Amino acid sequence: MEILMSILAGILFATGVYLLLQRQLLKIIFGTALLSHGAHLFILTMGKLNRGAPPILVEGIEDYVDPLPQALILTSIVISFGVTSFLLVLAYRAYKTNQTDNMEHLRGNDHE
Amino acid sequence: MLFFSILAPFIAACLVPFLFRYKRTIHTGWLVLPIPILLFLYFLLQIPNISGGNNIHLIINWIPSIGMNLSFYLDGLSLLFTLLITGIGTLVVLYSIYYLNKKEKLHNFYVFLMIFMGAMLGVVLSDNVFVLYLFWEFTSLSSFLLIGYWYHRERSRYGAFKSMIITVFGGLSMLGGLILLTIMTDTTSIREMIESKESVINSPYFTGTLLLILLGAFTKSAQFPFHIWLPDAMEAPTPVSAFLHSATMVKAGIYLSARLFLLFGGSDLFFILVTGFGLLTLCWGSYMAVRQTDLKAILAYSTISQLGMIMAMIGFGTEVAIFAAIFHIFNHATFKGSLFMIAGIVDHESGTRDIRKLGGLMTLMPISATLALFGTFSMAGVPLPFLNGFLSKEMFFKTATQISPTAPLVDQLFIIIPVLAVLGSIFTFVYSMYFFFQTFMGKSKETLEIKPHEAPIGMLVSPIVLVTFIVVIGLLPNLINEPILAPATAAVFGTVPEEHIAFWHGEINTPLLMSLAVVVLGTLLYLTRKKWSHVYRLLPGVLSANKAYDAVYEGHLRLSRKTTNMYMTGSLRHYVLYILLFLVASGGITLVVTDGFAFSTSDVAPISWPEIMVGIVMAIAAIATVFMQNRIAAILVLGVVGYGLSLLFVFFRAPDLALTQLIVETVTVALFLLCFYHLPKLDTKKQSTGTKTVNILISASVGILVTLVAIASHSSKRFETIAHYFIDESHHLGGGDNVVNVILVDMRGLDTMFEITVLGLAALGIYAMIRLRKEEEID
Repeated sequence: MEILMSILAGILFATGVYLLLQRQLLKIIFGTALLSHGAHLFILTMGKLNRGAPPILVEGIEDYVDPLPQALILTSIVISFGVTSFLLVLAYRAYKTNQTDNMEHLRGNDHE
Repeated sequence: MLFFSILAPFIAACLVPFLFRYKRTIHTGWLVLPIPILLFLYFLLQIPNISGGNNIHLIINWIPSIGMNLSFYLDGLSLLFTLLITGIGTLVVLYSIYYLNKKEKLHNFYVFLMIFMGAMLGVVLSDNVFVLYLFWEFTSLSSFLLIGYWYHRERSRYGAFKSMIITVFGGLSMLGGLILLTIMTDTTSIREMIESKESVINSPYFTGTLLLILLGAFTKSAQFPFHIWLPDAMEAPTPVSAFLHSATMVKAGIYLSARLFLLFGGSDLFFILVTGFGLLTLCWGSYMAVRQTDLKAILAYSTISQLGMIMAMIGFGTEVAIFAAIFHIFNHATFKGSLFMIAGIVDHESGTRDIRKLGGLMTLMPISATLALFGTFSMAGVPLPFLNGFLSKEMFFKTATQISPTAPLVDQLFIIIPVLAVLGSIFTFVYSMYFFFQTFMGKSKETLEIKPHEAPIGMLVSPIVLVTFIVVIGLLPNLINEPILAPATAAVFGTVPEEHIAFWHGEINTPLLMSLAVVVLGTLLYLTRKKWSHVYRLLPGVLSANKAYDAVYEGHLRLSRKTTNMYMTGSLRHYVLYILLFLVASGGITLVVTDGFAFSTSDVAPISWPEIMVGIVMAIAAIATVFMQNRIAAILVLGVVGYGLSLLFVFFRAPDLALTQLIVETVTVALFLLCFYHLPKLDTKKQSTGTKTVNILISASVGILVTLVAIASHSSKRFETIAHYFIDESHHLGGGDNVVNVILVDMRGLDTMFEITVLGLAALGIYAMIRLRKEEEID
């Protein structure tokens, strides 16, 4: 199962990166979202899958799955949510101000 | 006390800005003046100790683990330099009080000057090579700041940069040489290096080390062809030129060569390089000085040539030569220091330094003219019993004819060295006469804007003191022999010399004949100089080290601008590409080189169909987002990936993750749906095949790399899991049964706090960006 999930994480990364390399802001934001999904799956897979019960202590059960990746992912989910929403509003502002969402046109100027 | 003497100028530099507030009532220079005076007195009091052979050694541990100790050593050579630094320093500060107007940025000036003085003392007192290097670069830095003191002038900035680039280039190569020395001898102390001299001489790196260190010494002491920074450094205020660029800083290279003489002195390469470049610099500097029209430029080239002469004497390497070099270091400081001050006075009182506009100042400025007379004649080496310059010049001739018979190529060079020495001295004579007669004699010109008059007495005090030294030492040279010159020579050469300086040796010998030849030929050349001045069109002609420097400098600027523009395209895609390429390259290479890939199915969870189905749906949805042309469809397909992930979290026993992912995904999709309306439609324009290929290649390789890393890290468990700790301690330490929650809020509570901070900042940013629009619309 872990091998298959590794491949899935790879697919998520590949599509995310492909979108990141596009010109349009919206596609770039899609790309970051896919990348973070891929990263979450990657971290979870590293801690082995399905070895024991969910990490909520119940008397009489000895085996639990690794709680540490879950804690890390939880933090990451929330942060990537913040990043995605920030990027969305930023894209919206950039489009309003510059009348384009094409990154090839948004290159700054020589004096920066 | 020794340590404090180095520290004192730095402390003063820190205090000057605070004292500056009293500038309305008192010139800042008066407040600074006590420092060099006290230091001078302190070093003066050390003379009996040092000449008695009691050198002072002081070690303060700084970073002992890497051999960096503040180790200071005061011997004869250091003492001579400290006396020059503090003595000339005192006179220069006094002179600057009258030279610089109160309206100038005096606090800057004195801060830089004090930093320089402390750094220069540090250079000549350090026994640890790295501490020496540190102070060495400090002198370069303060020189840069002082040359650029009038930073609104373009020439000042140009000169400052030039000196900085050349001397720091030399300093860096010197650092390389010092590191090599440290490796060879396994010590950072200069004295211990000299003791283990054998390991240096027999080392295969000897030649490289010598070249690197001499490069540092030659750039600092303006030896040909690195001399070009010194004439441009004349943009500094004249007190600075007198202090840094003739009496002290430019002699740091000479100090270094002398200090390491016991280490390198015996080698043929040292003799050839130091003597060769010294003589070349002597001739070239004096030859070029005759052509200059600016008083300070004449003095700058003159300084270059005199430094070359001292360098050549160190190269000769006999005991008498070293003694003569030491003597000339002292004499040069006296006559060149006073001449710079005179040049400053002429500039200050007549408004120009252009020698073509000057003339006949003798009647208007009689005191300055008299002082200049002594200075120039001493510099020229005119055989008069009251000029110290003649004494050391004649010793130079003497040593040039008495080079050690063991020196390499001595048979071939035996004639050339004295001939070059005389040639350089003839031109020295010519420019000295040129300097004096063109400025002070002849008819006064009407071209001056202001009528020249004698300088105020305060300005004259310093040159008078220096000229007094010229005369006193000229008459009684052995006054400084025992206390200063002999210990300094002993420190360089290792043995105490028994040299008696005398004006008349009781016979007509070769050096005296050489001196007379210089005077006769020099006078002839001076009188006929208009007839032969066109030789400058042949040499240097179009050849110019300055042009070479400018070309290299401009070329570097152009090249780096071109290179930067090549990759800094401003395109986000390119930058992301660089990052990803680096990721793939470094990750991939590491994986291959360390043979890190491993594949094992021995410890995997069983495959179950529901999970596979979800995985396949996610993969299809992820690929679909790439191809979607419709915005809403793309958002929904992206949502499928997110929801799929939360389903996977459920399967993989992560209830908290599943819940959070579900909520976040819902909110995100809603946000996307809210925002997309305001954004333009997806671009359906086809990208070029090249771009597309690159994108596909990069993204595929990133995907493959991630998969490989994930499989490898799963298949090769190098470390024991730490999961047990959290499971065992969760209830006991955190008081909770949901282990993930306990980790988040308790064990890694700080992480969570920062996570909240990030969210808060994002929220603030979003709020600000939306508000911005509203306010714009209102306006």
